[in-house]
Amino acid sequence: MHSVTEVQTNVSRKRKRRGGRMQRMESLAGFLFVSPMLLGVTVMVLLPIVAALYLSFTEWSMITGIEGIKWIGTENFDKLFHDTKFLKGLRNNAIFLLTVPVYLAISLILAVLINKFVYMKGFFKVIYFLPYISSVVAVATVWRVLFHPSMGPVNQFLMSVGIDNPPKWIADPQYALVSVMMISVWISIGYNMIVYMAGLQSIPRDLYEAADIDGANGFVRFFRITLPMLSPTTFFLLITGIIYTFKVFDIIAVLTAGGPAGSTNVIVYYLYETAFINLKIGYASSQAIFLFLCVLVITFVQWVGQKKWVNY
Amino acid sequence: MNLALDLKKLLVTVVLAFVGILFVLPFAWMLSASFKLEGEVFTYPIQWIPKEWIGFSNYKEVWFGDHPFWKYYLNSIFVTVVTTVVSCTVSAMAAYGFSKVHFPAGKWLFFIVLATFMVPQEGILVPQFILFRMIGLFDNHWGLILLGSFSVLGTFMLRQFFMGVHNEFIESAKIDGAGHLRIFAQIAFPLVKPAIATYAILRFIWTWNDYKYPLIFLRTDALFTIQLAMQKFTSINGEFYSLIMAAAVSAILPLLLMFVIGQKRVIDGIAMGGVKG
Repeated sequence: MHSVTEVQTNVSRKRKRRGGRMQRMESLAGFLFVSPMLLGVTVMVLLPIVAALYLSFTEWSMITGIEGIKWIGTENFDKLFHDTKFLKGLRNNAIFLLTVPVYLAISLILAVLINKFVYMKGFFKVIYFLPYISSVVAVATVWRVLFHPSMGPVNQFLMSVGIDNPPKWIADPQYALVSVMMISVWISIGYNMIVYMAGLQSIPRDLYEAADIDGANGFVRFFRITLPMLSPTTFFLLITGIIYTFKVFDIIAVLTAGGPAGSTNVIVYYLYETAFINLKIGYASSQAIFLFLCVLVITFVQWVGQKKWVNY
Repeated sequence: MNLALDLKKLLVTVVLAFVGILFVLPFAWMLSASFKLEGEVFTYPIQWIPKEWIGFSNYKEVWFGDHPFWKYYLNSIFVTVVTTVVSCTVSAMAAYGFSKVHFPAGKWLFFIVLATFMVPQEGILVPQFILFRMIGLFDNHWGLILLGSFSVLGTFMLRQFFMGVHNEFIESAKIDGAGHLRIFAQIAFPLVKPAIATYAILRFIWTWNDYKYPLIFLRTDALFTIQLAMQKFTSINGEFYSLIMAAAVSAILPLLLMFVIGQKRVIDGIAMGGVKG
């Protein structure tokens, strides 16, 4: 009896030891698999965040070398909120937000129609997806020519239908931002439409069948079933869209470079100019931290809001 | 009833086709202009079919002229292909590690990686720039490749798929004495290949289209990618719109091919990324 228990404890001890070894091997394996990613994220993302935070409290022009870094506390941030160019950029970003509801509405309508009411679905998906898939540089270049104030096809068309003084589009401070926004809407529709279509697929059919039995017409079904059931998708697209408008850069850089007269300047373009053209690293870093905080706040709103506003 | 319904469908199709044509008109214009004589680019009403086709000489000028596109093409292909391969490998490994290997810190590490998703690229460009200058990766293709290789989105997406691989496969392979490396390479990886293909196509498109990183991290003309070359080409050839349009067509074409080949994967990938968030 005694010896039996002893043998048993021995066995279990051995098993435990082997288990410990296996667990260690497992941990090692896990660590090895994720280490390239971890290393990359640490060096390329985490380290830069800390550096950006530090640099945002300093004054440093890259030309002076590392020794030239000067700690100046919150001075950069004070300056930021009195910098008319930055504030203008911020305002432009705020106006740019308006693109989001516009392309969401268009995308939703297109998604519903293409999902149910057309032949050759695949063809339509490709057509509307084309601007999204194409490079912003090429697309923006084409639009710059199309919007050419005197010779461009857009204005030639407008003049031919009797509008004698069409806007000068991206060459006119009054219309430049709106022009960029229009192109941005055109680019964004494809992506949002595809996501909406995926959302539509996941709405249970029996909801519509039940509504049919109750005699609901198309509009009632759309507003009482489709729209509420899509609310998580809408919410997701709204949040990512808002974050995207804060980060808009390529299209501005290629089309207008912030001009004319600062009318299309946005925060990331200003950041780029400050850091890589004027080489004011400290000041640019404080703008980066500001951008980071904006995105953080929006993400937080998403995290809190999805519980309250969205039907799952 | 059926006929009436079909009529409605036909009508919507026609309307949407018309809207769709308006939608892709800029592309049609670009294509048509790229084949035209410079003097005919802006004639109005627009001649969609050029009177005189000089496409050949336009494209020849773009591809083999003073700023030969074929060189920039090679740069873009190199950067894009290597980035795609490295990014897929790193993401697939991490995704496997986070989903199929059980180790104590795993959850926390995954949380940290996922949290970096919130960090806007644009906000860390400056320190990245300084870092790359210090370690000699500035103005270097490998620097660009490194920048595009650690995608949280890729890890997250592939992890979803690795989680779908049944644990029984992995358990029985372990009993047969296979280590994780072997299980990953011979069992799990082949099973999630379609997902990896989807991610690879998306990564390819994003990297090919990227303008911001090359703009900031490349200086030497000989290293330029196609997007930078396009921009440079426009500023040099300012008024030669037919040439610029030929360049634009050239910049978009590979993507279009990629998209046509992997259309379903691209659309599914986008939809999945969107719905899952």
